[in-house]
Amino acid sequence: MTELAPGTRVRVRDDWPEARGPCHIRTPHYVRGRQGVVVRRLGAFPNPEDLAFARPAPRRALYHVRFDETALWPDGRAGDDLLVELFEHWLVPA
Amino acid sequence: MSALLDTDGEALLGALRGLLAAKGLATPAEVAERLALTERASPAQGARIVAKAWTDPEFRARLLADGTATVEALGIPMRGAPPLGVLENTAALHHLVVCTLCSCYPRAVLGYPPFWFKSAGYRARAVRDPRGLIAEWGTVLPAGTAIRVVDSTADYRWMVLPLRPAGTDGWTEAALAALVREGDMVGVTVPVAP
Repeated sequence: MTELAPGTRVRVRDDWPEARGPCHIRTPHYVRGRQGVVVRRLGAFPNPEDLAFARPAPRRALYHVRFDETALWPDGRAGDDLLVELFEHWLVPA
Repeated sequence: MSALLDTDGEALLGALRGLLAAKGLATPAEVAERLALTERASPAQGARIVAKAWTDPEFRARLLADGTATVEALGIPMRGAPPLGVLENTAALHHLVVCTLCSCYPRAVLGYPPFWFKSAGYRARAVRDPRGLIAEWGTVLPAGTAIRVVDSTADYRWMVLPLRPAGTDGWTEAALAALVREGDMVGVTVPVAP
């Protein structure tokens, strides 16, 4: 994947692997399908989705992504936000 | 599995230690060293880091840029620990740390997580209603301060560098460290001078 520069608007994939069978994912349900902004690249780490099953785990870029509270919750407060660590394969440019 | 759960914990631990040694994965000395390190980590270490950051601008800048290397230089062992990120509170922005998926916590600098940090209630409410949640600790942010919730979902561990309270000019590092509580470094409370 090409690197996502800070400030890039991204959407989190609206995917629910838990509906298809056993899995281990680090993308919380409340951000799936939602839009945020890349704050910075935190590094590259072995993909926990493979590590959890003792499979070979390729390193994936991990980003800090910021979401406005109002983009996540109907009663979110303007100006407040959330920072979530998300792996590159969950992010698509918005 | 239920047979395992019914087994005496000490016997299970003994068997596991025996296997680790027999398979050459970890010697008894290495296990003892790791236990000692884990027991030594406590919020007092985090408080020492905060007090130093309050009194030493150069240290503060390094801490915010690279938490892991900077606390390691203070003598806090970080080998084998996940990278540490430090979140700086300002007059305009307050941070609150949560792990909605489990209970990720910067154990190397704060020790064991408090019981509430692992509760389903804390984890759910921190992301949905952070202001209502911290109000239960008596924390009300000043008008004009935004809140940023940091969800530890993956490989980093996060601690908050709180704002230095007013009325502490000229205090020693040790006196400042004594003001800093565990919750201040998670973001549910803020330090105050008596």
